[in-house]
Amino acid sequence: MASDARRAPFRFGPRLRRALCGRAGWGGLALQALFAALLIWLGYEILANASANLKAQRIASGFGFLSQTAGFGVSQSLIPYSESDTYARVFLVGLVNTLVVAAVGIVFATLIGFAVGIGRLSRNWLVARISGGYVELVRNLPLLFQILFWYLAVLGALPAPRQSISLFEQVFISNRGLVIPRPAPHDGLAVFLVAIGVALAAALVLGFYARRRLFREGRPMTIWPAVLGLLIGLPLIAVLAFGAPFSFEIPRLRGFNFAGGLRVAPEFVALALALSTYTAAFIAENVRAGILAVPRGQMEAGESLGLSHGATLRLIVVPQAMRVILPPLTNQYLNLTKNSSLAVAIGYPDLFSVFAGTTLSQTGQAIEIIAITMGVYLLISIATSVAMGFYGRRVNRSLGR
Amino acid sequence: MMKPVFVVAAAAVALGSQAAAAQTLKTVKERGALSCGVSQGLPGFSTPDDKGNWTGLDVDICRAIAAAVFNDPTKVKFVPLSAKDRFTALQSGEIDVLSRNTTWTLSRDTSLGVNFTGVTYYDGQGFLIRKSLNVNSALELNGASICVQTGTTNEQNVSDYFNGNQMKYELIAFGTADETIKAYESGRCDVFTSDISQLYSIRLKLAAPGDHVVLPEVISKEPLGPLVRHGDDQWFDIVKWTLFAMINAEELGVTQKNVDDMAKSTKPDLKRMFGADGNLGEQLGLTKDWVARIVKAVGNYGESFDRNVGAGSKLGISRGLNQLWNKGGIQYAPPIR
Repeated sequence: MASDARRAPFRFGPRLRRALCGRAGWGGLALQALFAALLIWLGYEILANASANLKAQRIASGFGFLSQTAGFGVSQSLIPYSESDTYARVFLVGLVNTLVVAAVGIVFATLIGFAVGIGRLSRNWLVARISGGYVELVRNLPLLFQILFWYLAVLGALPAPRQSISLFEQVFISNRGLVIPRPAPHDGLAVFLVAIGVALAAALVLGFYARRRLFREGRPMTIWPAVLGLLIGLPLIAVLAFGAPFSFEIPRLRGFNFAGGLRVAPEFVALALALSTYTAAFIAENVRAGILAVPRGQMEAGESLGLSHGATLRLIVVPQAMRVILPPLTNQYLNLTKNSSLAVAIGYPDLFSVFAGTTLSQTGQAIEIIAITMGVYLLISIATSVAMGFYGRRVNRSLGR
Repeated sequence: MMKPVFVVAAAAVALGSQAAAAQTLKTVKERGALSCGVSQGLPGFSTPDDKGNWTGLDVDICRAIAAAVFNDPTKVKFVPLSAKDRFTALQSGEIDVLSRNTTWTLSRDTSLGVNFTGVTYYDGQGFLIRKSLNVNSALELNGASICVQTGTTNEQNVSDYFNGNQMKYELIAFGTADETIKAYESGRCDVFTSDISQLYSIRLKLAAPGDHVVLPEVISKEPLGPLVRHGDDQWFDIVKWTLFAMINAEELGVTQKNVDDMAKSTKPDLKRMFGADGNLGEQLGLTKDWVARIVKAVGNYGESFDRNVGAGSKLGISRGLNQLWNKGGIQYAPPIR
């Protein structure tokens, strides 16, 4: 090439710039390696220093505490737990509680968020104003305040267990939570589950068939009565032939609280409610932005094809809007998960409360516990954004981009 | 060109906390105020009044230290802390002394990098319950929902007590005392558990204190006292002997009122206490009149107790175990000599 004829003078500035942008040869690589090495050394220095300082002040360190007995009770746990379990078990209990409340919160926040976001663009004056009012009210109040509001409002409105509201003496609502009968499995359960599985499979096959016919012959086919019949009929036949799949253990008031049955604690309800309504307000704005980003002509095109307003939204506008909605939606999911750590204010035993709270103050090993907790929130967040990124790529592919 | 910066930064990290730990008295004097960790509002122990002045038994310890160091009990910066955050605040050097109704246990003394300096209040854990539930004993609490503040010794005590008596319970732990009280008041729990002194204090905060009763069982030993960081023995001595000075003053009959007269006494133990004989104050790193300063500022131990939690206060707790050793209690201080 022409540049071979004359060597460019060596200039450090541009070279460093190129090196840090990752486009220069060995020199750049060496600089980057040096920088990485410095970072690692700094990290090591901080760790070594912290460890030396802890030792000098005789503060316990290391991860041995994880196998010690916790010795305190946790009010709600989806996995078996007793006081004689270890701190590692406490960690798992808290992690599961965090994941559950985050998952429930994400589902409801998405549903409410999409409904409100679309509602804000509604041609119906009242729906649009109510949706707008919801967004402005909810997103402008601090979340901690909303969590406490739902908790104390829910608790304050509910009676004590002895005066609990009962539905047919089966379901009880009190300030100790919602207690429902717990299903206990019987012999007929296996057949019952198989029947449901067969019904689901048949419904899916029917759905595929209907879709293919729609694309081949251009005629929609009404399948929901058949699906409904399958889903109710098959399990019903199984029950009639092989007996009930399970019986219900009815909760009974014994002493202070209900014994038996399944209980949904008010802490969980309040936290899930606050997290989903709060995050929904932000999701609603993302959805609105996404829909507005789709050119108006798309809507008009859909309507000129004879599609209804709803069908145009569902089939044409929202799929294109998803491209814009997804990245900020991921942010909101991450926010919701991280915000669930406010649970400690209302006594919901999430990871932050039982592990970075109780366990930390009992063992005093702040550095290890905070490091583990941060690592876990980081992992959850990264997993969420990887999953959303995967979904985002699918959306883009289906739009041919 | 980058390296020296990192070396300096790393050195600062490495040396930072060590340097701060060794000379607490000097740091306090340079700052011009004692930084004292207290509760977020527990009447009788540490609570701000409507003018923002902190009062209470734990607060008096902070004021007594400030009086001994500065001859001015107002030179204290109070740092309200939740049960969960208190030790971290002390370890990190944010506060010079933690005086926050903290139970002295072996694991805390050995693994947290702190030293307990003495016992300001001998307490025990109990239960607060609504009278309307007609419960007369903690042994009738099978199946109860219990509210507790997280980060306390109370959580494990409940577990020990209920399992020991083959009873079931539901423990709901909240981040701060106020959140715990609110949940108890709203009916989320049948029982509120804490140290008994706190139960009396919290009962005053409830809308209708008369509707709640403290059950007779005491399920644990809770010796409460101030703490300092490891690594500064001089400061450890100052905090320790501030409390001992208050207890010794009560034993020798020195009160806020008569302290000036007593300082002129010719009795040998009073002469040593008030610095007329020897240099005990200077040995601590303080001044000759350190005890006089303390007693003038907050009174002796008995006066502080009565004013804050005892007969002269709203709580009206009797001295009990906290009476002096020669009057039937177990409060006992080594002699000033």
